[in-house]
Amino acid sequence: MTDPLLELRSVNKSFGPVQVLHDVDFRVYPGQVTALVGDNGAGKSTLVKTIAGIYRADSGDFAFDGKPVTIHSPKEAADLGIEVVYQDLALCDNLDIVQNMFLGREATSGGVVLDELTMEERARTTLASLSVRTVKSVRQSVASLSGGQRQTVAIAKAVLWNSRVVLLDEPTAALGVAQTRQVLDLVRRLADAGLGVVLISHNMVDVLEVSDRITALYLGRVAADLPAKESNLSQIVELITAGRSGDIGIPAATAAESA
Amino acid sequence: MTTTPETTDPSGSSGTSLAAADFANDRASASLGEAFRDWRDRIRGGDMGALPAVLGLIVLAIVFSILRPQTFTSELNIANLLTQAASISVLAMGLIPVLLLGDIDLSAGVAGGMSAGFTAVAIDRSGQHWTLAVLIGLAVGALVGLVIGLLVSRLGIPSFVVTLAFFLGLQGVTLRLIGMGGTVPVRDEVLRAITIKSMPVLAGWIVVVGLLAAYGALMVVRQRRLAQRNLQRPPNALLAVKFASLAVIVLAFTAVLSQNRSRSAALEIAGIPYAVFIVIALLVFWTFVFGRTAYGRHMYAIGGNREAARRAGINVTRLRISAFVICSMMAAISGIISSSYTGSVAPGSGGGNTLLYAVGAAVIGGTSLFGGKGLIRDGVIGGLVIATIDNGLGLLNQAAYINYIITGSVLLLAASVDAISRRRRSATGT
Ligand SMILES: Nc1ncnc2c1ncn2[C@@H]1O[C@H](COP(=O)(O)OP(=O)(O)O)[C@@H](O)[C@H]1O
Ligand SMILES: [Mg+2]
Repeated sequence: MTDPLLELRSVNKSFGPVQVLHDVDFRVYPGQVTALVGDNGAGKSTLVKTIAGIYRADSGDFAFDGKPVTIHSPKEAADLGIEVVYQDLALCDNLDIVQNMFLGREATSGGVVLDELTMEERARTTLASLSVRTVKSVRQSVASLSGGQRQTVAIAKAVLWNSRVVLLDEPTAALGVAQTRQVLDLVRRLADAGLGVVLISHNMVDVLEVSDRITALYLGRVAADLPAKESNLSQIVELITAGRSGDIGIPAATAAESA
Repeated sequence: MTTTPETTDPSGSSGTSLAAADFANDRASASLGEAFRDWRDRIRGGDMGALPAVLGLIVLAIVFSILRPQTFTSELNIANLLTQAASISVLAMGLIPVLLLGDIDLSAGVAGGMSAGFTAVAIDRSGQHWTLAVLIGLAVGALVGLVIGLLVSRLGIPSFVVTLAFFLGLQGVTLRLIGMGGTVPVRDEVLRAITIKSMPVLAGWIVVVGLLAAYGALMVVRQRRLAQRNLQRPPNALLAVKFASLAVIVLAFTAVLSQNRSRSAALEIAGIPYAVFIVIALLVFWTFVFGRTAYGRHMYAIGGNREAARRAGINVTRLRISAFVICSMMAAISGIISSSYTGSVAPGSGGGNTLLYAVGAAVIGGTSLFGGKGLIRDGVIGGLVIATIDNGLGLLNQAAYINYIITGSVLLLAASVDAISRRRRSATGT
């Protein structure tokens, strides 16, 4: 197995008196989809936001490319090549696809005037490299896109910046069958292109199909981190709901203590 | 809109060339017919742009020309109308950044009156040079905007409430400055010239033709660049039609204003009022800022989705403050133009219907009160509509109450159009 691109060791995070993450170990490998699963409130979004630099871990070590790093702001995460596609997309309906993809990082000529042509070409190249074919024009407003297309734009926005790790927080939660397919294909292609991809999803069938590794969170603790091939549906469901399955998972005593 | 699921070969993107359907609308030049169909679809989808305002302007012009054939279309009245429109348009252009963010500035009118008051007092009572006096007026405006912006974006008080408080408070300041029942005359030759003098006819022609040529050249250069990279672009014929109609209108107005419009034989008055050039300069400047810079793009983003803008690393607080500063400074310019026209500043300057006219102008021009949608030019087009109504009704010599009712109705109509087209936009998603 290759070395992890991003590695977290013993990360703890509390909001006031509530400890949300307990000694979390988490690894993201290049060229692989790592599924992050867990019940509502297990701490998945918190873990993602900690990696993205939105929250600051109370303790724990981060390593990127094998080197120790600190991530204290979204900018530091972006500088490392870590991008997040948030649960609530964060797109501006009144702007077009290109404008959304470059929002906050616009290309300019001479530092002042927007370089629309360069942005438009780069946006199109990125979408094409993701084999996105359902968009008629990169100049159409985001409001006119379907849910799947919007998700695609949000993902394209994340990979536009030569990103190396992309975290997707429930990207298919609000999508229909065909659109979910579209997004899952895209997720797979990102990994095939060598990126480290983290996918949060509640659909275990999708998770088993598209991911290489599965990390299960139970009440803020890592219950298991196993290859998708060696797992199955009932085992994951047990890990999510009870924190253990057979001889893997959190010892019953620990699980009871954090519950 | 295409919603067909994509069918990709498992090998992924490697080596796949773009099919003809990919980004089909982005390649090459559309035909005139296609461009027209696009435009029609946009309008049906609720994105009417400046269309209602332009149609309204045409209807109003026809109606008033029929009712008052001698006076409404006279050279003197047209010059008058444009000068009246100037202060409304400048205030409306200033309001648009605030409206883009989904905020409102109810104090802009009286802030303009107060700033003009400071300018007038600096000249009349302290004997300052007009340049310094104007700078003082602008600084007063900027300060007002800064305080409003801080209260709105740092303390989180709704802009509606903050600026309503300022609407009252600033009138008090103006009253204190000028004195109950008093007025401060504006006698400075340069400031008076803004509205009562015109650019010499020849110079006016040179500037107008030069501006048109520059605009046309810009269009050609842009179109060339798009063609070079084979990117989506409007058909050449459409651009030609657009440019030609703009040129015809502008040149026709220049020709009319180049006639002698003096009523006495002794004196000749001809040329384009200077105020018009101030409006054009501000229009060009702000259109550039809001259309071509990252700052402008970020303002639209905040109006569209504030949280998304924040996550994109945009400093929402600072940009919101800047909108109020721009608004109050533009209000100061508007107030100075207005005081140039009336020849004085009174405690009530900028009160009354000043702000309502400007908000009405922006909304009639196509700017949304819901934020995220609007162009700087909306303020100018809408300002012309409002000024035409005001001017035409004045010529009809109606009782004042009718003017109030009609202007109020027009504002309500524009706001309804805004609300309905917003509903349509969210329904059709264009
Ligand atoms: N900003 C916050 N402040 C306080 N508690 C929070 C905050 N964010 C999340 N939590 C709590 O942390 C726990 C994990 O939340 P979250 O990471 O959103 O879970 P998930 O994404 O797995 O559903 C929940 O109990 C939630 O209430
Ligand atoms: Mg979540």
